[in-house]
Amino acid sequence: MSTEFETVVGLEVHVELKTDTKIFCSCKTAFGAEPNSQVCPICSGFPGMLPVLNKKVVEYAIKSGLAINAEIAPYCKFDRKNYFYPDLPNAYQISQFYLPICTDGYLDINVEGTKKRIRITRAHMEEDAGKLVHEGTIMTTSYSLVDLNRTGVPLLEIVSEPDLRSSQEARAYLEKLRSMLLFAQVSDAKMEEGSIRCDANVSVRPLGDKNLGVRVEIKNLNSFKALEKAIEYEAKRQMEAIEDGEPLIQETRTWDEEKSITRSMRTKEEAHDYRYYPDPDLPPIKIDQEWIDSIRQTMPEMPDKAQERLMGKYGLPEYDAALITVSPYNLKFFDQCVALYPDAKTVSNWMMGELSRLLNQNSQEIEQCHIKPEMLADMLKLINDGTISGKMAKSVFEEMFKTGKSAGHIVKEQGMIQISDEDTLRKIIQEIVEQNPGVVEDYKNGKEKAKGFFVGQVMKATKGQANPGAVNKVLSDFLSKE
Amino acid sequence: MVISLQEVEHIAMLARINITEEEKKEFAGQLSAVLQYAEKLNEINTEDVDPLYHILPIYNVFREDEIIESPDRNELFANAPVFQDGYFKVPKIL
Amino acid sequence: MELHELTLHQLKKDLTAKKISSQEIMNAILKQIKAVDERINAFITLNKETSSLRAREFDQTPWKGQMAGLPFALKDNICTKGVRTTCASKMLENFVPAYDAAVVKKLYSEGGILVGKLNMDEFAMGSSTESSAFFPTHNPWDLERVSGGSSGGSAAAVAADEIPFALGSDTGGSIRQPAAYCGVVGLKPTYGRVPRWGVVAYASSLDQVGVISKDVYDAALVMNMIAGYDPMESTSVNTTVPDYTTALNGSIKGLKIAYPKEYFQQGVDSKIIELLKKALLKYEELGAHIEEVSLPHSEYALPAYYIIGPAEASSNMSKFDGIRYGLRDLTADNVTDLYSNSRQQGFGPEVKRRIMLGTYALSSGSYDAYYLKALKVRRLISDDFNKVFNGFDVIIAPTTPTTAFKIGANTEDILTGYMNDILTVPINMAGLPGMSIPCGFADGLPVGMQIIAKPFDETTLLKAAYAFEQATDYHQLKPALGVK
Repeated sequence: MSTEFETVVGLEVHVELKTDTKIFCSCKTAFGAEPNSQVCPICSGFPGMLPVLNKKVVEYAIKSGLAINAEIAPYCKFDRKNYFYPDLPNAYQISQFYLPICTDGYLDINVEGTKKRIRITRAHMEEDAGKLVHEGTIMTTSYSLVDLNRTGVPLLEIVSEPDLRSSQEARAYLEKLRSMLLFAQVSDAKMEEGSIRCDANVSVRPLGDKNLGVRVEIKNLNSFKALEKAIEYEAKRQMEAIEDGEPLIQETRTWDEEKSITRSMRTKEEAHDYRYYPDPDLPPIKIDQEWIDSIRQTMPEMPDKAQERLMGKYGLPEYDAALITVSPYNLKFFDQCVALYPDAKTVSNWMMGELSRLLNQNSQEIEQCHIKPEMLADMLKLINDGTISGKMAKSVFEEMFKTGKSAGHIVKEQGMIQISDEDTLRKIIQEIVEQNPGVVEDYKNGKEKAKGFFVGQVMKATKGQANPGAVNKVLSDFLSKE
Repeated sequence: MVISLQEVEHIAMLARINITEEEKKEFAGQLSAVLQYAEKLNEINTEDVDPLYHILPIYNVFREDEIIESPDRNELFANAPVFQDGYFKVPKIL
Repeated sequence: MELHELTLHQLKKDLTAKKISSQEIMNAILKQIKAVDERINAFITLNKETSSLRAREFDQTPWKGQMAGLPFALKDNICTKGVRTTCASKMLENFVPAYDAAVVKKLYSEGGILVGKLNMDEFAMGSSTESSAFFPTHNPWDLERVSGGSSGGSAAAVAADEIPFALGSDTGGSIRQPAAYCGVVGLKPTYGRVPRWGVVAYASSLDQVGVISKDVYDAALVMNMIAGYDPMESTSVNTTVPDYTTALNGSIKGLKIAYPKEYFQQGVDSKIIELLKKALLKYEELGAHIEEVSLPHSEYALPAYYIIGPAEASSNMSKFDGIRYGLRDLTADNVTDLYSNSRQQGFGPEVKRRIMLGTYALSSGSYDAYYLKALKVRRLISDDFNKVFNGFDVIIAPTTPTTAFKIGANTEDILTGYMNDILTVPINMAGLPGMSIPCGFADGLPVGMQIIAKPFDETTLLKAAYAFEQATDYHQLKPALGVK
């Protein structure tokens, strides 16, 4: 009989803090610049150069710490992590090994309706390394090119406890973490640009076992999908190895996106010894309660507070409020839209309904799509003043989503104005009645259903543009006269 | 000997210095002598002593997040042994 | 006296009074260098044409500044824009920085003219300038002897009247020891007093830039120019810089001087101890109060230094990887060989030794036993000094246990070589300002007296040194180089 296994996952997440300049020098941090154009003697490791810490990095680290419910250390410092690699000009990375700025945090996640608290061990500040460009892959290329633009970009490394038990939980945690950092406005947290990067520590153990299994670190997880797939693959690989009696080794593996497998990254010189020691060029950092409080005051509204506000001020149900506060972009959309069109529940319904459906269908994010809050508000106004019907609105909205044109524009362009004029409607009804004398009889004989038939016919004849209220009124008048 | 030849080899690997067999022996002897001398420190009981990381009683030394334009890369890297098309070129890594 | 023999303040006075021109000074300096440097080997790079040109420009249209139109030279680990900075290493033999060190900017902004770059122990690791990859620097008082190190080129050039003053750097005695060996004045300021930015690091928590000059007044003048806060350095201290020359009035009545018994013990040449005792009596004569004290952890400073220094060095030296600058093995077909071969070819034996030693001290399994232990001892050493300074203004001790030794004498046994630093290292460990000034001769070789003061109290340091200098004439004696 085969054993039942449990997957154990901890995540190490690197987040680029969105400062204007690097952590230890005044070079720009902009993404996508010419190679080695945002580089100075300091970040490219020239002799005699010295680091000076960017204050904003510390402030953002404190903000992040508050966002992940962590303790902010009253005293922390920087250490050098020594290793040779072409993307690391000093051959040491300035990081925080012994005394990190944040410890003991947590995030609550929600997977299939079950709430779970994931503990965060620590978060520390460090400098990013540069970028290597290879012809082909690193395994096959005969040379590499070094671009140091990213060297010295500030990072916060956030390390979770091994509290995650599935790929779904890992994804939910990463999504939650990303959302919190976006709310705190400390990072762009764009996976595709590498401003949030994730390594996963994965092990398996027989269900009920208290000890952790042999841990494998997976690198190169560039998307949420990659994270999920890599964890699933790796857990399965480990379970099979155990069942087949093959030994597992503690190692670093890389996720091969094309083949959907993890591959060992071991090289002959695996014997790392980072020789961490306190950086003598950087004095320690003291953070008192006053500083923390002043930063807390500058914190943007975080999701729990926003949820309370949505329920209190607008009377939204908890379900709606929770969904809208999943990301700061959703919340911003909602707030801007409600400012223009104060029926909060209707705005919420459209966001959770049509908008959400179209975003999913097109794998887009709310902040990148064509629909802007004022566009939804304008469309809702058109429904409200009777220009278009709710049914027409759905197709208008789809067109807005596709083209980015305003609702008014689409309505005009396609001649979609709702017909409320009673004379016009009366003429249409007259024609239908003439063509269907039997139905009028039915109606007179008390078959109420016959009225529904007329409404349907009117809508058909007007391509859905007839105002349903007006149709009802005209029809009642008409039939009672007949 | 405080340090064996194998240890010297390992240290040279960590420090990325391609030492010769002769140097290996020489270093083993010399490093051992210095480390033996350093063991003199064990004469002092330092159980309750805080390590001194920074001699100056200063902390929270920061700069503002203000951009200074980076220097011209061709000027800055005029000394680079192999600098092509804006990149440093290195032989294969693995 | 010939122009090249004059001090900075004497030259400044005559130049300001238009008795002499900048070109006359420069010509005298360059002539002296030409005449003696073949024997001394102080200069690695000489800015002959540029410095002559600058002097001519000054005479045509004088500019302002504390040392406008006056010459200076630099230890070759101080980066100079457009002027090769080698650290006396093959690794940087052709390295031309794109930037000036903070202290260089300061001297330029005061109108100074850079004459050249001076020899040193490779990457400032050594006490004799013999580890220079190019040549050893000879002691002007005895050409068969070392100039001391690591700022040996700076001390020898000043002693041989090749330059009125030079900047050096001091990590464990690298300014004071060569100054003592060459019979000149050497000042290592408080850690954090003079900017390190642009000075190639050896051991970052100990390195400090300072001055080597012909007399104490010049040391004060130069300190006025180079001391001060630098926002580019996190360990630079933002306190006011006094005018160091105003304290130089010769009066030290009531000055409380401590002399630590541990610095007057076995291992220190008896002739040096005799001279120091004489010097202390002189101070007493001048009205100072003299008392013996104890710095009980003194003997542990050296072993702690030879862990902390190499540990920091091992990491500081890693940037020399052959990729962005410096020597590169172009034959390597993979990155590991590129590193290992370039560093094998670029570094000399002493640098490799200290990198290896430091790598070991920081490696897993050794960190606590060696590195952390040394940092704890460092605290005890610092505490010793603090206690003494509760009751005293300055501490006086010999600078070195011996006078300059013969070239090649200490190359066999490295520990004997390291012992040269035994009296200077504790001052770096405690981050204190220290100075060496001439206090006599033993067998025809100069002997240095070390004066140590409280943190950031260079004023008292200079005051005490000046009083002794004014009461003696050792600083006026010149080595018999036979220039003509």
